[in-house]
Amino acid sequence: MFSGDRGWLPLLGPVALLVAVWHVAVVLSGSLIFPTPWQVAVGLVDLARQGLLLKHVVASLFRVTVGYLLAVALAVPVGMLMGWFGTAHAFLNPLVQGLRPISPIAWIPLAILWFGVGDLSPIFLIFLSSFFPMVVGTAAGVMTIDRKYLHAARNFEFTGLRLFRSVVLPAALPQIVTGMRIGLGVAWLVVVAAEMIAVNSGLGYLIIDSRNAGNRYDLVVAGMVIIGVVGFLLDSLMRGLERLDEVRWRYET
Amino acid sequence: MRPKIEVRSVSKTFQPRGGPLPVLDDLTFSVADGEFVAVIGPSGCGKSTLLSVLAGFERPDTGEVRVDDEPVREPRRKGVCIFQQPSLYPWLDLERNIVFGLDGEPAETRRSLVAHYIALVGLEGFEHAFPYQLSGGMQQRAELARALIVKPEILYLDEPFGALDALTRLRMRAELLRILSRERHTVVLVTHDVEEALHLADRVLVLSARPARIQQVIEVKLPRPRVLWNPELLALKASILRELGVDERAEGNA
Repeated sequence: MFSGDRGWLPLLGPVALLVAVWHVAVVLSGSLIFPTPWQVAVGLVDLARQGLLLKHVVASLFRVTVGYLLAVALAVPVGMLMGWFGTAHAFLNPLVQGLRPISPIAWIPLAILWFGVGDLSPIFLIFLSSFFPMVVGTAAGVMTIDRKYLHAARNFEFTGLRLFRSVVLPAALPQIVTGMRIGLGVAWLVVVAAEMIAVNSGLGYLIIDSRNAGNRYDLVVAGMVIIGVVGFLLDSLMRGLERLDEVRWRYET
Repeated sequence: MRPKIEVRSVSKTFQPRGGPLPVLDDLTFSVADGEFVAVIGPSGCGKSTLLSVLAGFERPDTGEVRVDDEPVREPRRKGVCIFQQPSLYPWLDLERNIVFGLDGEPAETRRSLVAHYIALVGLEGFEHAFPYQLSGGMQQRAELARALIVKPEILYLDEPFGALDALTRLRMRAELLRILSRERHTVVLVTHDVEEALHLADRVLVLSARPARIQQVIEVKLPRPRVLWNPELLALKASILRELGVDERAEGNA
């Protein structure tokens, strides 16, 4: 269900190769600090036994969920307004295009200034990072609606909310969903960075804390592995959305 | 009898960057209730613009269009357009596309209407297919059903079969005539296909090159169904082609 039509099987080969190269590289280099895959696996099991793994994953997912859903709730309506009304676009687009290139990382000091140390700062940063791709995607989705669909609806005397619900929203939905997928990807990237500074839980905290408290690079890499796996699962979830009938039409010839 | 559609000295000029481009030049004609009028003219002569103006998608600069003696200000369900490119909604299956224009009818009525119109256009068994799963001809049938289900009094057809292959085009013409013989509509058809106009219409308006003026009006009095090799029809075709500046013999396709 998650990784396309062929299941998990195609993943085995590349992952096995990566692990093998990694192992050989560590052994050949004789590194005393960099962990082997086996050490990382042991570290993961340790974390899981102590309940830390679940705790950090849940903490990160919680922040991403709240920040991301807030961003969806604001970005989709704002994007639709911008896509539909020329004046809204003329007014808001310069703001969006000006703020969008500022990395969410650059906002960290301000986030701490405004929201202090705690959950709110990373949530704000996640909100910021996922808001812009979704606004842009939604606005583009509405602006590029094929005129013939609007013509037909006008011919049947659709106006206002009915026009919006029956034509504008479904026509723009595929691009809205694509924007949501990009937004969630960015949110997951940013939560890790945010957690390295503003809080004391989450996968970002796990990584920075493992390094600071005794150079536990096995746990640093374990944290990275978990970030990769969870990110992959989140993206698979969003790709699942892209396969819904309401969205898939866009990709059929 | 009062005409269904009245076009009174309609002119329209576009304003592109290169300077004003007159498209419609003082057109006046009327269409009787239940009449099938074909508008024919060289490509780019403004016949599609004329149809847009008739249907209310565009406003004329001067003059006016009246339907049932009321000025046309915006598109109405009373007159539904069908264009060359099908505009079925790709996110809806066939059945939901066809009921799209209905408004507030009880579920029972909707069900029986959909079944009726799907059968009328011969798409039984495809109720749950999505548009991309249908051929071009099937999409145009569905488009026709979506228009007919709202009981429009007028059909505005803008080269509706233009994108179809020759065989399907012939079949769709016959279908259209069969449907019109069951449900009476006033029809305005825009086409560049002289044969199609003569095959279908009660009256053919021949437009000049841009800006469009009415150059010739031809009553087609032949009974239906018409056969394309009828000598009278062929003579009309030759005369229209001459009017459009095409000499069949010189073009070598007589």
